[in-house]
Amino acid sequence: MDLHGFGPQLALGTLMTLELAFASLGVGLVLGLLGAMAKASPHASLRWLGDGYTTLVRGVPELLVVLIVYFGSSAALGMVTGWVGMETHVELDPFAAGTLALGLTFGAYATEVFRGALATVPKGHIEAAHALGLGPWHTFSRIVLPQLWRVALPGLGNLFMVLLKDTALVSVVGLDELMRKSQIAVGFSKQPFTFYAVAAGIYLLLTVITGGGLMMLERRANRGFARARS
Amino acid sequence: MTATSPPALEAENIHKRFGGLEVLKGISVTARDGEVISILGSSGSGKSTFLRCLNLLESPDEGRIALGGEELKLKRHAKDGHLVPADPRQMARLRAGIGFVFQNFNLWPHMTILENLIEAPLRVLRQPRAQAIETAEALLAKVGIADKRNSYPAFLSGGQQQRAAIARTLAMQPKVVLFDEPTSALDPEMVAEVLNVITSLAEEGRTMLLVTHEMRFARNVSSRVIFLHDGRIEEEGTPEQVFDAPQSPRCQQFMASHR
Repeated sequence: MDLHGFGPQLALGTLMTLELAFASLGVGLVLGLLGAMAKASPHASLRWLGDGYTTLVRGVPELLVVLIVYFGSSAALGMVTGWVGMETHVELDPFAAGTLALGLTFGAYATEVFRGALATVPKGHIEAAHALGLGPWHTFSRIVLPQLWRVALPGLGNLFMVLLKDTALVSVVGLDELMRKSQIAVGFSKQPFTFYAVAAGIYLLLTVITGGGLMMLERRANRGFARARS
Repeated sequence: MTATSPPALEAENIHKRFGGLEVLKGISVTARDGEVISILGSSGSGKSTFLRCLNLLESPDEGRIALGGEELKLKRHAKDGHLVPADPRQMARLRAGIGFVFQNFNLWPHMTILENLIEAPLRVLRQPRAQAIETAEALLAKVGIADKRNSYPAFLSGGQQQRAAIARTLAMQPKVVLFDEPTSALDPEMVAEVLNVITSLAEEGRTMLLVTHEMRFARNVSSRVIFLHDGRIEEEGTPEQVFDAPQSPRCQQFMASHR
């Protein structure tokens, strides 16, 4: 297959896609955990905050979230710099804006996954931790989180696969990830099918690898949960 | 032991309400060092709730709790009126000194038996890992499941799980151990192995409070028996007194139906 010398460019784009996906995953996991804890909170104001977040983000197309975060953040930052008397134009770079936008989206869906998982951790396991004198942080990080993780993993894996492909949306704000690199290659070579097919192949490959990695993680997290064969 | 040494555990005038229902109507129990106190009563009499109030798994509405003479600092919760710990550090420390064995074991399923045992000694007592493991292995040998150290809880029988849970509690070197119906979730053939472990702890002179339905066991192992009815102590005395010559009609009735 003739890539007209765009091979290295596509490789760079793939790398950028992966960086964006993992950065967004990090932001999204934190937001998801916070969202789930907010929704399970005894404080009504926190529950409203959690509900507002998931309703808003899940109700808006991802492409719009990307655009709004990118252009909205420039406007917001511009206002701030205007107040302090600077005339320079500031904006969130496409990578940061993309990470934030995809992280927000992932976090909103992950909130529901974590919320369901949180409900599966038996109260008795937490009571046992308290009775042994473990504080709130150790109880959460050592007893609740690992069990939460096990239940949430398949759902989170699904969301990550969606996220991996949603990174393509960030091409609209000019981030040089795989989709944009492919479009540039198409512009030069006038061979849309070739390059879009190659890009599709790369996304597919990434997803297959992700699936394999998830299976390994799930096997690891499920240690101790399979009954002994008798 | 001198008469002036403070009791291992002291609970005074414990009240507990669930909504409009008053489950505990002022219960006081003092456990001196080495005492084994069985708490009997029909279901709904408040036995388990009382035990759970002692280490604040339930927040009492009234009362005073002291461990080895140190009073647990409590304050009134602004919203719901329960007593809650005033000093979280003190509570964690005192809780670590009050072992609690649950009906459903509550071992953590994502950790091996050994990991279950060393978790709290490492994080709460800040023991060095080698020491925590050494203590844990000795305890597992003592309860007869040394070979299960690297197994996950799901691979153990109920009796083995409860013995592991008892070992986990002992790893914290508690001053008092509370048992909340430790054999009620077990198949009949596994009850004895758990009761044997508890009996051997009693023989070592450990201070224990025990909620149980195993009447013969309670009679043999206890130094004192308390019979609860409707949130109050209805009868209290030596096993001989309470089992053979109960004074109150309620207790007579209960003993007659559990013979």
